[in-house]
Amino acid sequence: MSVVYKKSKMLTNVPLNYCPGCTHGIVHKLVAETLEEINAEGNVIGIAPVGCAVFAYDFFNCDMQQVAHGRAPACATGIKRCNPDKIVFAYQGDGDIASIGTAEIVHAAARGENFTVVFINNAIYGMTGGQMAPTTLVGQKTTTSPFGRGKMQGNPIKLTEMLATLDGPSYLARVSVSDPANVRKAKKAIKKAFENQVNGKGFSMVEVLSTCPTNWHMTPVQALDFVKNEMTKVFPLGVYKDC
Amino acid sequence: MKVLMKGNEAIAEAAVRAGCRAFFGYPITPQNEIPEYFSRRMPEVGGVFVQAESEVSAINMVYGAAGSGARVMTSSSSPGISLKQEGISYICAAELPCVIVNMVRGGPGLGGILPAQSDYFQAVKGGGHGDYRMLVYGPSTVQEAVDIMYEAFDKADKYRIPVMILGDGVLGQIMEAIELPEMVDIQTIPKKEWATDGTGVGESRRVINTLKIKPEVLEEVNNRLADKYKSLSKHEVRYEQYRTEDAEIIFVAYGTVARISKSAVDTLRDKGIKAGLFRPITLYPFPSDPLLSLSKLRSSKKFLAIELSMGQMVEDVRLAVNGNKPVDFFGKVGGIIITPDDIVNYVIKEK
Repeated sequence: MSVVYKKSKMLTNVPLNYCPGCTHGIVHKLVAETLEEINAEGNVIGIAPVGCAVFAYDFFNCDMQQVAHGRAPACATGIKRCNPDKIVFAYQGDGDIASIGTAEIVHAAARGENFTVVFINNAIYGMTGGQMAPTTLVGQKTTTSPFGRGKMQGNPIKLTEMLATLDGPSYLARVSVSDPANVRKAKKAIKKAFENQVNGKGFSMVEVLSTCPTNWHMTPVQALDFVKNEMTKVFPLGVYKDC
Repeated sequence: MKVLMKGNEAIAEAAVRAGCRAFFGYPITPQNEIPEYFSRRMPEVGGVFVQAESEVSAINMVYGAAGSGARVMTSSSSPGISLKQEGISYICAAELPCVIVNMVRGGPGLGGILPAQSDYFQAVKGGGHGDYRMLVYGPSTVQEAVDIMYEAFDKADKYRIPVMILGDGVLGQIMEAIELPEMVDIQTIPKKEWATDGTGVGESRRVINTLKIKPEVLEEVNNRLADKYKSLSKHEVRYEQYRTEDAEIIFVAYGTVARISKSAVDTLRDKGIKAGLFRPITLYPFPSDPLLSLSKLRSSKKFLAIELSMGQMVEDVRLAVNGNKPVDFFGKVGGIIITPDDIVNYVIKEK
């Protein structure tokens, strides 16, 4: 019998600890499959952020560094500059990359650092229990915007569009994992972001619109619909830079 | 052959000769000659130089590079070192080796750009969050700074700890004739098996991690760090004594102030006052035991801690002397340098 599907060897056997309906697992799988497809086994250093994905250091079957909140692009810079032949990736959430670590991501992108960033945007702080994120939608209720995100609480930061104004980045895309067709597109984008690194093209980032059913107080299906119907209005999918 | 070099540049060259091949920093006076020197020197030796967007980023670049096995350093001055504290705490938790130079300037706040020693507490008591220490040196001449820098990377690797060189504006800016050490063959530096160099997979996978959710595991980490600091106290304490054998008044001073105090010792001796100098070279671990021994001598009557601060190291002197003899303090701040005459006059007035 032929094998049509199996778990990537770039994932360990540690069970994922994400909530039911969370899409971190899907994105982990896409990253792992990509690493396998570009034959990066034994040649990768990954970075786990602070946030729900902190335990990524247990899940990816490669050398991993867990780093301070928001500082992943700085750490990745240190790693990649000293190990230019290794594949280096940072996996970051919205609070990590678009709030506390805004300076680090902007400047790593501006320098055109040759590593890959996977940015999970689920419009909320998941690990700490559902507080307002830099990407929380206007009107969206969180534990720190209980009446809905108002004017004086800031507008959603569109990081991918911001970075697209810079000359440094090579590839910037926003994808979603809200249905199988979009998952396949997300995989393509992630693969391109890693291939760019292999080819020395410089900084690549893929923003993935993701779910947080637990803190959104939704069922997994409702959460996927929220990504499709609400988040994509504020965060349009597409390739923002490709050169 | 001796060469005439500015302190900051000599320190940078000593680092290169010690095998440092990565520098990440951010401009701040009075240490700018360090990043400037590396920016032209690193390309010559195949090393890495990055001017980071902030001190926060610079220390995290150090974290990433050190975690991947590189010999790496950063430098800054007081306000910048404050910004690095988060990263230093993580580096200590992850047990990564690196070297950090602080050319101290007066504070608090933006303070001034002139020399000070007011970062002593921050350097030797932790500085960031959590229970941790660094190995801290307070060199008093450019030659000593060069020699300490040359050894610092080996010490950092041996203990997997950040080593801080606590200088001051004078040490960074002064020019002195120095002997530079030989260039280390970087192939001879022992390989760091624990480092995430990218080759790990499956059983050989390595993880640099400071998150310890289980209390028993975090307790174990803290115990291991404490053992490391005990080991530093046992093996790495360094100090110098000058005319202390029969001294009645013993100055305790480090760095630039120690040189000034030494002149004051000679002047006072000429005037018939038996003065001596105890100079800590390691500020952490602090040379408490030799100070305690001095305080038990019949000849010693009094200790005087001299600092460019409102009195920081003096607390460690008091702890060491443990009430055996009185401990007095003399200091100046704001970037105003103590002169030998200031010390001589203070001693005569207080006598």
